Amino acid sequence: MANNHKKKLDVGKGITIFLFLLPALLLFISILIAPIIVSVYRSMFDWNGFTEGTFIGLENYKELFTSGSIKFMTSLKNALLIAFFSVFVQLPFSLFLALLLGRKVRGEKSFLSIYFMPVLISTVVIGQLWLKIYNPDYGLLNRFLEAVNLGDWKHVWVGDVKTALGSIIVPTIWQYIGYHMLLMYAGVKGVSTDLREAAMLDGATKTQVDRYVVIPIIKPIIRVSVIFAVTGSLKSYDLVRILTEGGPFQTTEVPSTLLENMLFLRNRYGMGSTISVMLIILCFAFALAITAAFRDKEA
Amino acid sequence: MGKNTKRDTFSGYEFTEIKKTNPVARVITYIFLIIWALVNLFPIYFMFTFSLKANDEIFGENIIGLPRNWLWSNFSSAMNTGNMGLYFVNSLLVTTASIAISIFAALMATYALTRIKWRGSRLMNSFLMLGLTIPIQASIVPVYVILSKAHWLNHYTTLIIPYSAFTLSMSILISTGFMVDIPYDLDESARIDGCGLWKTFFAIILPLMKPALSTIGIYAYLQCWNEFMFANVFISDSAHRTLPVGIKALSGAYTTDWGPIGAALVIATFPTLLIYIFLSSKIQESFIAGAVKG
Repeated sequence: MANNHKKKLDVGKGITIFLFLLPALLLFISILIAPIIVSVYRSMFDWNGFTEGTFIGLENYKELFTSGSIKFMTSLKNALLIAFFSVFVQLPFSLFLALLLGRKVRGEKSFLSIYFMPVLISTVVIGQLWLKIYNPDYGLLNRFLEAVNLGDWKHVWVGDVKTALGSIIVPTIWQYIGYHMLLMYAGVKGVSTDLREAAMLDGATKTQVDRYVVIPIIKPIIRVSVIFAVTGSLKSYDLVRILTEGGPFQTTEVPSTLLENMLFLRNRYGMGSTISVMLIILCFAFALAITAAFRDKEA
Repeated sequence: MGKNTKRDTFSGYEFTEIKKTNPVARVITYIFLIIWALVNLFPIYFMFTFSLKANDEIFGENIIGLPRNWLWSNFSSAMNTGNMGLYFVNSLLVTTASIAISIFAALMATYALTRIKWRGSRLMNSFLMLGLTIPIQASIVPVYVILSKAHWLNHYTTLIIPYSAFTLSMSILISTGFMVDIPYDLDESARIDGCGLWKTFFAIILPLMKPALSTIGIYAYLQCWNEFMFANVFISDSAHRTLPVGIKALSGAYTTDWGPIGAALVIATFPTLLIYIFLSSKIQESFIAGAVKG
């Protein structure tokens, strides 16, 4: 009898737990998990989105990596280039700012708040502002170059094959410096004052304290930043759409803009699914690889 | 935070530490910090000033100065011809509804995950945390096909449901941080008083989570307010455009007239900046909460 009663309680509890999780699970499964499963399945079809489509196995994947007309390799190279500059230019600069502000400078809160501001602004707005900076005739950049007698350096920044990708990378990096700085600053502030002072007593300079005490402690945060920077670069879309539309001659496409082209310009929904599956795989692979790399270093 | 407890023992040495700081290095540090602050403030200043200028000032001799004639008509043309008023309301509606759904679903899930003991809760938590790494592009093709077959593109819900799903994992992560800080004795005494799980959640836990709501909501707000890819792909009629899509349309229509575009950018940005002025540390806190535990 008692056992039966307990079972009833367990079932009741199970139902309650299920009901509490239900709204989250409904959203999560219907918008994320189920579509991913469908994407994986559809990535093996030649499919225009409206008919049944034909099963072609891994042909889409093969085409993605070998066909020049899809431009996937270009888009991947561009995304990885953005990732490279994020990790090796943006993050070191963010770390530098975080360490500097962590040294109790006067007005550190105000500096922090100002540096963080670009993060809050929509990338579309940032993109529009930079378009006004890059404008070949009236843009600030060309007019500035003219004013300082460097007229030869003037470019049609977003329209020139040589400068288009760079014009995307600069605002991308600039906008999120404040984000990574904030995360690292939170870590720097978490380092106990005792530890710093103890190192100072042993004769360490401030730079040495940062290098040998603070950075090792905030390593987990740096790891998170690296993961966010790399996966964020792989996912980049907004600034490319606003600044160059993937041009000139599709040289600045990234995977997400290609994905959209597959849907709206080419009616290739199967290939679109293939690109989104590749994006998931790349994001997870890089996240795991970065975590592993940091673990190796710690060991 | 308790890290100053031992400080007194060292206070004798702090004097020597201060003396070590080189005044020249100090000045250079401040100059650098101020220049970088200007680099970050300039685009916002530039945006506000050119939103109030006519073309002859922007293209002519007064590129970066304050506007000579404050041309408020830029704002009225952005609002009337550019429809920014409508897009603003759309963004507000979509964002508010998404945040509300996301927070509610997240709080319920977090309650089940952190305050009820059951086997598999950790596994379920890791499952829900997958959303932190999954790119939103992952689901765009199937969701688009299903919505277009169901003739459900160009509705508010077309964006609201995906947005609440995409912000869900982060909302759960942040609310977990707050909910585990509520003493577990409360649940036990509630149970002794005869409260069931539901009553405990609604009468005890929810009211205590009130201070956490802004931290959870701010992160979700920024994600939804600024989201561009889904809005750009799913919304094609002008009646349901959100601000980012509206701005893109407007900049296509006003290629030569910069003033109204500037006004549109200001309209899209000032709510965020206003919130930031009053809640900057709260906003920063929510970004830190979202990343440091992830």
